[in-house]
Amino acid sequence: MTTECKRLDQHVAEIIDWHFSPETGCDFWLDWARQQDWDVRKTVRTAEDLKHFPHFEDDWLRFVEPDHWVPKSFKGRPYNIFETGGTTGMPKQRIGWDDYKRDYESFGDTLKDTEFPRGQNWLMMGPTGPRRLRLAIEHLANYRGGSCYFIDLDPRWVKKLITNGEYDQAKAYMEHVIDQATIILKHRRIAALFTTPKLLEALSEKISIPEAGIKGVFCGGTEMSPQTVRFLVEEVLEGRCTLKPVYGNTLMGLAHSKPLTAEENYSVCYYPPQPWALLRVVNPEQTDQTVDYDQWGRVELTTLTREFFMPRFLERDEAIRRRPIEGYPWDGVAEVRPFGASTQTIVEGVY
Amino acid sequence: MKSITQDIPAIPAFRFGKSYASLDQTEITTTDGQEVLATVGLVNPGIIRRDLRQMQASFDRLQQIPIQTLLGIFAEAAGLFLDAKLPVSEGVTQSSEQYVQSLSATCGMPHALIRANMQKIADVMQQMPVILKGLTRGLDLSAIETGMGRQNDVLVSYYANTTHLGLVLPSNSPGVNSLWLPAVALRIPVILKPGREDPWTPWRIINALIAAGCPEEAFGFYPAGHDGAGVILSECQRVIMFGDAKTVEKYTGDPRISVHGPGYSKVLIGEDCIDQWPDYADVLVDSIARNGGRSCVNASTIVVPRHGRALAEAIAERLAQILPLPLDDPKAQLAGFANAAMPEAIDARLEQALAVPGAEDVTAAWRKGPRHVTLDGQTYLHPTLIACSPAHSLAKTEYMFPFASVVELPQSDMLDWIGPSLVVTAITQDPQFRRALLRCEHIKRLNLGAMPTGQVSWDQPHEGNLFEFLYARRAIQEQVL
Repeated sequence: MTTECKRLDQHVAEIIDWHFSPETGCDFWLDWARQQDWDVRKTVRTAEDLKHFPHFEDDWLRFVEPDHWVPKSFKGRPYNIFETGGTTGMPKQRIGWDDYKRDYESFGDTLKDTEFPRGQNWLMMGPTGPRRLRLAIEHLANYRGGSCYFIDLDPRWVKKLITNGEYDQAKAYMEHVIDQATIILKHRRIAALFTTPKLLEALSEKISIPEAGIKGVFCGGTEMSPQTVRFLVEEVLEGRCTLKPVYGNTLMGLAHSKPLTAEENYSVCYYPPQPWALLRVVNPEQTDQTVDYDQWGRVELTTLTREFFMPRFLERDEAIRRRPIEGYPWDGVAEVRPFGASTQTIVEGVY
Repeated sequence: MKSITQDIPAIPAFRFGKSYASLDQTEITTTDGQEVLATVGLVNPGIIRRDLRQMQASFDRLQQIPIQTLLGIFAEAAGLFLDAKLPVSEGVTQSSEQYVQSLSATCGMPHALIRANMQKIADVMQQMPVILKGLTRGLDLSAIETGMGRQNDVLVSYYANTTHLGLVLPSNSPGVNSLWLPAVALRIPVILKPGREDPWTPWRIINALIAAGCPEEAFGFYPAGHDGAGVILSECQRVIMFGDAKTVEKYTGDPRISVHGPGYSKVLIGEDCIDQWPDYADVLVDSIARNGGRSCVNASTIVVPRHGRALAEAIAERLAQILPLPLDDPKAQLAGFANAAMPEAIDARLEQALAVPGAEDVTAAWRKGPRHVTLDGQTYLHPTLIACSPAHSLAKTEYMFPFASVVELPQSDMLDWIGPSLVVTAITQDPQFRRALLRCEHIKRLNLGAMPTGQVSWDQPHEGNLFEFLYARRAIQEQVL
């Protein structure tokens, strides 16, 4: 067993003990455990044992009151409520305190000063609102010694416009967002940008991004095929800015990406912030089976922090399972795209 | 799945002079999906959007070339397109025979029909001076170059109202590529999105023209998915696209877009000629079956004042003799389908329509076996002739195989009934009927006389005038100082 496996197993055991002990656990998991005919704390001691859990149901995050997710030791401390989804109906909500800071500090430590200069300012152009991302990017900018400007994009509205065939409105909204960004970039010194691939491309149609002073770009939120990444690197960013694709969401945190290279055909490979989040690429037909390396499967997320425990959540994404690399001695996920992307039309809009 | 050659060509995109190998490679296979013939690099829509913003430079480059020079290039390219080994991917060339075989294998069209289409494309290249004369109504071409000139002693001025022409091409027949060629001769660069099964033809045309000396900046070639077509449709200043009736309806009224939909072409026989109908049987069969019945100029309805049943029986007998043959058989006239699900769906739809009283498949009695057949792994639909009442849904229906209906109507009702018709061949000498035909707003091309609907006259543009689509006329006055 590798050191990393041991470390992960120890972490799993610690988090299970935390969430399923009456002294520290939250109401939701303690109630859930009482209804099972197996003892969670005795049965689940390793990452492999997590398979004893059924898939986490996303409706739990929609319809269980946030208070039920508060671990005992956090009682009395106000929490942030972060949302995901919600284009139609009730969004999923996750509560949190410090996880996002730890995730983004850990990520911030991996950034090179030449690509994301310390002490300089950031611009976030993308979904802010009730998302964890809004606070997280600002924290990252602060952690790196800068401040962050924000331009909001409401993806729920964009998806509605596209679903209703109101493409002119969607285009006008995107232009409205881009116009705001060009004004900020013109009048303020900004060196780093967080945005989505489509907004990045649209911005480049208005201004030269490197000429505007941007050195590094954080990009995420939607599928990025190798061809899209190559296009962004070579043409949108004119080969003069660093592109750092990111894969993350409110439930997981932020996965780090392996540096992009033309030699590897710009394939984007992400490594989750293990041990706090564990990604598996599973056989969609039999989700207890992990697919072989370099094979496609559905992404399954387990979140393992003291603030939040979420076992075996099936993401709406599919990806290729990749081998561990130096610095990330655990599985990666590559070429993430919406689950069923090859067979269905999926509304991603500008987000 | 296996490849038929060791060197599978990787067809690139072409960005106004630069070959671009996308990382998103898709395989082009034989119609049965068993063999990979090529890979094609699909571009992301952003590439097209980005290049569109730089069209002015390509336009300026092409506008520097005298039209006469371009006409010479077209004449030379005609021969190269027909016979030369031309680049198909980096370091790989494709002979004329390889082109025919590859296209046939991916589209299901027999070699003989592809060669006929090649000849048509080459003829358009050769006949470009005549075509431009037809499009411009005899305008001195120098007037296009200088922006002004005299036509019939009247001072005229024309200017390009676009820097490019976008095209969303189909895969059903390579001959459709002849449509965009005059744009390049008129010094307007083209942005082509090829059909999924036929990247071969536009790419071969481009390479023939470049080999003949045409500036590379004249061509954008973008294999892409639906999102790529979406960019061309929404962002090009002028677009030609092909689609079904629903697509036509969607874009009708958008002055930027010229939609080529179903032709609903027809043959009308007048009261004065109908008693001699057997004399026109060859014209009718040719109108229905030429080019495998795949063109919008193929007749899909024959309208007669009487003798409908007898005529239908005779034509059905002739059509039933057109059988699926191996793709390389020189006598093959019937084209297979690239997508095996399509003939199955068409056959089912036809049977459903035939279940409604008022229509009869006259070819069924002459055909041996079902309409939908498979030969050598290739799916076909046997030619089908329907005798039906004017009110039946099959009376004005078009399919992508030799299919037509025969309808009886009094001559006086014909023109009110026909509806939009790309081509009408009217077999009549009745001056009154001819006058009515000439006044009929539904007809885009009128053939007066016993000629097949597919017969082309190079100086008679139909489906819109490309010159008027790409160039606008302004009022002008000049006072010599």
